[in-house]
Amino acid sequence: MSEQQVDTGRRRFLTVATSAVGGVAVVGVATPFLMSFFPSERAKAAGAPVEVDISKLEPGQKVNVEWRGKPVWLLSRTKQQIADLPKNDPKLVDPKSEVEQQPKYCQNEGRSIKPELLVAVGICTHLGCSPTFRPDLAPADLGPEWLGGFYCPCHGSKFDLAARVFKGVPAPKNLEIPPHKYLSDTRLLIGDDK
Amino acid sequence: MSKGQKLLNWIDDRFPLSSMLKEHVTEYYAPKNFNFWYFFGSLAMLVLVIQIVTGIFLTMNYKPDGNLNAAGVPVAFASVEYIMRDVAGGWIIRYMHSTGASMFFVVVYLHMFRGLIYGSYKQPRELVWLFGCLIFLCLMAEAFMGYLLPWGQMSFWGAQVIVNLFGSIPVIGPDLSVWIRGDFVVSDATLNRFFALHVIAVPLVLLALVVAHLIALHEVGSNNPDGVEIKKLKDENGIPLDGIPFHPYYTVKDIFGVAVFLIVFSAIVFFLPEMGGYFLEHPNFDQADPLKTPPHIAPVWYFTPFYAILRAIPSFLGTQVWGVIGMGAAVVVIAFLPWLDRSPIKSIRYRGPKFKFMLVLFIIAFIGLGILGAMPPTAGRTLISQILSFVYFAFFLGMPFYTKNDVGSVPVPTRVTETNGKRQLQFLVLVAITVIAAYLFATNV
Repeated sequence: MSEQQVDTGRRRFLTVATSAVGGVAVVGVATPFLMSFFPSERAKAAGAPVEVDISKLEPGQKVNVEWRGKPVWLLSRTKQQIADLPKNDPKLVDPKSEVEQQPKYCQNEGRSIKPELLVAVGICTHLGCSPTFRPDLAPADLGPEWLGGFYCPCHGSKFDLAARVFKGVPAPKNLEIPPHKYLSDTRLLIGDDK
Repeated sequence: MSKGQKLLNWIDDRFPLSSMLKEHVTEYYAPKNFNFWYFFGSLAMLVLVIQIVTGIFLTMNYKPDGNLNAAGVPVAFASVEYIMRDVAGGWIIRYMHSTGASMFFVVVYLHMFRGLIYGSYKQPRELVWLFGCLIFLCLMAEAFMGYLLPWGQMSFWGAQVIVNLFGSIPVIGPDLSVWIRGDFVVSDATLNRFFALHVIAVPLVLLALVVAHLIALHEVGSNNPDGVEIKKLKDENGIPLDGIPFHPYYTVKDIFGVAVFLIVFSAIVFFLPEMGGYFLEHPNFDQADPLKTPPHIAPVWYFTPFYAILRAIPSFLGTQVWGVIGMGAAVVVIAFLPWLDRSPIKSIRYRGPKFKFMLVLFIIAFIGLGILGAMPPTAGRTLISQILSFVYFAFFLGMPFYTKNDVGSVPVPTRVTETNGKRQLQFLVLVAITVIAAYLFATNV
């Protein structure tokens, strides 16, 4: 080879071009690995609606149903509990349920289709714990104005008996109301409303 | 020439064995005034080895499977019970691993505190400190993911809460938490990936970081309780006047520390493996139930200071991301110490009253938050957590101001001095009293 001047411009171009193409290859190769972290097709398919018999639910009683791996509460509210709901309104973050945490047909005072039956996903909107059912009136730990509701043991968030969040607690939103519909007076379908 | 010497020469021609030993052990000159606080680096290495060895043996019988077996018990939970009851020596291996996790944080917190009081993060040791902070992060990830594996109630709900922390990030949050879990709830998919990360990915990163931490340390040399740079004064052979070779002086000292540590460690493994619910929490003896949160959930003790900060910050503007940011910032801010501290004085021995005052407040805040984070929240405790969170951040963020012109009454010496053992003991007794007083106070609010 004859003595040649080093073409630094060309060298620079080749370095940049190699790095750029190599970078694209790294991103490309990383994609399947990152994608593998998303839910698999099987996990996505496991979300079928659940049918529940509610004929044996007594007023004041609450049962848990599993839907998509989450607890769904079915709470049969007493007449007194329904009458008490508006009393909480001034202390709530979103008393009118304006944030989309429920289907349109549940945007009412009781956040339910029938006032006596609350159907709610029992997962706190703060960090996902399942709040405890506290129907007792004015217990020592929750204060004299407590009219019954749900208390999250993890970070102290409080919800009323319509699963609406109180002000001044870590949870920012009301609990989610899942899509649901009555198949008959005693049978309820959770997870589908069409 | 002896046969041994010949073999060594043969190796040295092919691999820098002798020169590496010299550089890092026999001719690594460390300050001669190391005290009590200098045990914890080598002890952290010891615990790392314990965790790796016991971990390898646990994986031989553990099954990362969240599905229910024929008896209705999750396979993972059952495999841990199997290790505890049926595998020969299984219980002791598991208790060594679970105790090791807590002791890792004990020694690492003390190791970090040492850096804090003697200014070991300051120029030229900033990278030693940064590698250390990354090790701390890895350790937290390792502990968190390892805690899911027994698939008990606390495992499940702890993971649920922490993964949901990411869910509170605006816009990408909900998708991000699904991506981390690999499902819409914490499930078998989550358990499997946490297992992979816990036994392979994070330990590899951790080991690499430990090597980087040590290489950086040996490049700049160790700090000491006087914060004096021993490399400034050397004898005619280029050996620091205040330096002694790591081997045999500090290898012997560290072996003594190891012996004392192992006495404590064995006592815990044999007599107090659950540590009253602080090392192994009681709800974790129940299998994971996705429909029922335990009445009181709290992280293991080493996460409670940060957890208390998370809980202390209320949600506003319709999101609870602020608590998450606060908790993240509490961890990250530690890495910025080298640049927040403006004082040229390294050691607490020669610092002025302002730093000492703030340090005492910081110790109270950190311990106080740790105690409050382990307790169920009440209005009074939340208020105290908020005050202590403020103090925690004030210690760091106020540093550029209060360290600026803060000089002690005794000037920094040119040579290292002796440690006053009595003062060290006094300090430890004081901290013990603070812990007990804070605990008694917190239980009554």
